[in-house]
Amino acid sequence: MLSVNSVEASYEDSQALFGMSFDVGTSEFVTLLGRNGMGKTTTIRSIMGILPVTSGKIYFEEREITNLASFRIAQAGIGLVPEGRQIFPNLTVRENLIATAVRPSDVKQAWTIDRIIELFPILYERLNNMGGQLSGGEQQMLAIGRALMTNPRLLILDEATEGLAPKVRSEIWSCLKTLRQEAQAILVIDKNIETLIEIADRHYIVEKGSVVWSGTSTQLRENKHLQKKYLGV
Amino acid sequence: MEISFVVEQLLNGFQLGVLLFLLAAGLTLVFGIMDLVNLAHGSIYMIGAFFAATMTLALDSFILGIVIALPMTLILGMVLEVLALRTLYARGHMDQVLATFGLILFLNELVRIIWGPAGLAIPLPLFLDGSVSLPLGIVYPTYRMFIILIGIIVALGLYYLVSKTRLGMLIRAGASNRTMVGALGINIRFLFTAVFGLGAMLAGLAGMLIAPINQAQIGMGEDILILAFVVIVIGGIGSIRGAFIAAILAGVIDTMGRAFLDVLLLALLPANAAEAAGPALSSMLIYFLMAVVLIFRPQGLFPARNG
Repeated sequence: MLSVNSVEASYEDSQALFGMSFDVGTSEFVTLLGRNGMGKTTTIRSIMGILPVTSGKIYFEEREITNLASFRIAQAGIGLVPEGRQIFPNLTVRENLIATAVRPSDVKQAWTIDRIIELFPILYERLNNMGGQLSGGEQQMLAIGRALMTNPRLLILDEATEGLAPKVRSEIWSCLKTLRQEAQAILVIDKNIETLIEIADRHYIVEKGSVVWSGTSTQLRENKHLQKKYLGV
Repeated sequence: MEISFVVEQLLNGFQLGVLLFLLAAGLTLVFGIMDLVNLAHGSIYMIGAFFAATMTLALDSFILGIVIALPMTLILGMVLEVLALRTLYARGHMDQVLATFGLILFLNELVRIIWGPAGLAIPLPLFLDGSVSLPLGIVYPTYRMFIILIGIIVALGLYYLVSKTRLGMLIRAGASNRTMVGALGINIRFLFTAVFGLGAMLAGLAGMLIAPINQAQIGMGEDILILAFVVIVIGGIGSIRGAFIAAILAGVIDTMGRAFLDVLLLALLPANAAEAAGPALSSMLIYFLMAVVLIFRPQGLFPARNG
């Protein structure tokens, strides 16, 4: 579904990605793991066309999307839940959900506000509140809902539960488990290794702008040396 | 002092405010969403006046002239955005100021080449060339009432567009985080072009409405542009509601100041000093208002990014 091949990218003169390569298959739940500053968010920004790729290719559903305009990449079927949520604070929750919503004709069960409310019931009480009035956890739920309303075939979450209370985290994980059961392809960046090993199919460990290890949840669970060396567990 | 004179000056202030709003609405959207300081906004106001004057004289109908001049100004704005201004988004404000100042000189010269240096005068349409009787024995020019009515209709329409439609949601979302709007599948470039075209059309409409009073003339946009910038700073950059309230405030304070400040000063100063200080101080009043707003609400009365 998503194929990132030898991608390099830079912030001005400072190179951040050095031959980043990985794949996400249809209906797969894949994670990008690694310590801070290793290039995970940069990878997402490059996939989404926010940061230019200087070398390498990115394909989504066998169509090259390298350096396409950001909106074309989203229209191709990738939904983004960015680092820091980045909901629109001056729009109500309802407006956040519908402003950028897309309902493709070929989608059987399209996402609607009602389905988002089923997933995150707390948002029902907040529908008419401004986005900026929500708590961090509610904002993250809204950011996920907003991305789902574009009916993406691949959902990308950058720092899915960073800075959230344990109770809210478990709600987010529960939501992702539900999405996984509905065959939604998901790419997640997060530091909550134990939970990710429980719910994800495959993992990539990123170190200094490239993938240094990839494997299944079972392989990662059993490799304590790897966890300690690259993930600080 | 008669109450009818006070009300008349209030209406004059409201009418100036409405014109300022039409100019400031586009300016605040462009500045608030696209982060573009466009000094050439006043030039579009000028060209709108020339378009309307030309079409009115050609078709012998002021209303038809405006109806045709509006889409002409919309297209002009969109063409300007695509050809000249799009490259400025990634630049700093100082670059934008210099480039759009250059655009003012270019557009002034272009108007001089096309229409000549003298300007274009158009008569008031007959059905608007009279007076209406209001309560308290006030007789007020029909055309000025027409300007106020158009301004209120446009303000309500813009309020509906920005607060109730999906395009309005995207405009507000773009004001807070344009990168994210793009990353969620919206063609932000096209949105910018459409917003710029809309802003140009509103500025053009202000020029069209003033043309029968002041005639279309080269450089007419430069003085009022400064007032429009003051309005968007007072109202909060990117806020239509703020632009409307600030424009009405600025229009009323400016007009009332010019009409009554010297009278008020007579109570404090000798007659000749009051007469000298009145006009000078009255022209400073809206800048004083801006300073006060900036002290207490540095982001303006209704900052768009905070809703």
